Amino acid sequence: MSDNAESPTETPKEESQPPSDDSSTNEEKKKIDVLLKAVGDTPIMKTKKWAVDRGRTVQSLSQFISRFLKLDANEQLFIYVNQSFAPSPDQDVGVLFDCFGSDGKLVLHYCKSQAWG
Amino acid sequence: MADDKDVLRDVWFGRIPTCFTLNQDEVTEREAEPYYLLLPRVSYLTLVTDKVKKHFHKVMRAEDVEEMWFEYEGTPLKWHYPIGVLFDLHASNTVLPWSIIVHFKNFPDRDLLHCPSNSVIEAHFMSSIKEADALKHKSQVVNDMQKKDHKQLWMGLQNDKFDQFWAMNRKLMEYSTEDGGFRYIPFRIYQTTSDRPFIQKLFRPVSADGSMHTLGDLLKEMDPTALPNEGGQKRYQVVIHGIEPLLETPLQWLSEHLSHPDNFLHICIIPTPTD
Repeated sequence: MSDNAESPTETPKEESQPPSDDSSTNEEKKKIDVLLKAVGDTPIMKTKKWAVDRGRTVQSLSQFISRFLKLDANEQLFIYVNQSFAPSPDQDVGVLFDCFGSDGKLVLHYCKSQAWG
Repeated sequence: MADDKDVLRDVWFGRIPTCFTLNQDEVTEREAEPYYLLLPRVSYLTLVTDKVKKHFHKVMRAEDVEEMWFEYEGTPLKWHYPIGVLFDLHASNTVLPWSIIVHFKNFPDRDLLHCPSNSVIEAHFMSSIKEADALKHKSQVVNDMQKKDHKQLWMGLQNDKFDQFWAMNRKLMEYSTEDGGFRYIPFRIYQTTSDRPFIQKLFRPVSADGSMHTLGDLLKEMDPTALPNEGGQKRYQVVIHGIEPLLETPLQWLSEHLSHPDNFLHICIIPTPTD
């Protein structure tokens, strides 16, 4: 389930970039916009907005964030949707986007310790 | 006619007779007898197999034992899916008892999540309930509960206490009569023929014109190939808790009565047996 762990395919998303003008629905788009927000004393990422493959798993995204933040291998990273629940590590981010995305993006909070239940 | 509440009881006490056999490549000090168990459909493999672990540990040396995992006909079984879903998806229409192979070596990291303790199962279970309530009530019900209420849901499942679980879970099943149902139905559709783990999207129990959406309506939108084709030929079975509910069944009713304790309606689409 750690597909692509070594070669991240995310691309930073410039905030100034004009909104995509293609009329394709989110369903047809291969990538979704993910906004990553740090919680508590977890380091922030300079680039917060990323275009992520729909089929990418939560676990693989979490490994990407850990590497980006240069966390130690033994440091855990928790990811939350809606500041309420931790999605299963094998869940596709595309599913989370379909169910919990808003304004064309999926907001995920990440934290080095358990933040919500 | 039977009370709808009886359905909740029947779902909760659903059992699958299972035979656990040790993988033949494991190193043992003497022969390992198979172990038989009635598995609760609504529970999780790693939560109900302590006895299986102890049974096989007895014939193995400690240094030959790593994390236990399960396999059925070459497929590693995901402990974080409810047992009934694993059976319906992989072993429907086969003879009982369900024959599961037990491994203590070569944990398949790519396919399975590690499960070092019951607290991992608890965290997964509670997260599922919270995700479901985010869909049903914008998380309002689960957020209004106290820590001890959450604990009651988990302890109910862990100790197989139907009344304890449902005394709290019924709150998660409430909705206003004026809405006519939940905001969205928490469902997951599993297919054996798909690479994706499951289909999960937003779907309302009530249509724009006020009529109740049915199981058939859901499938028409999410997975039309699962429905009988125009010639009436049934290529797939739509299975929930081992049965094929009528496609005309209102989805809201199914969500309230046939959801697993994690509050999701798990639907398996499997090929119709050919013989």
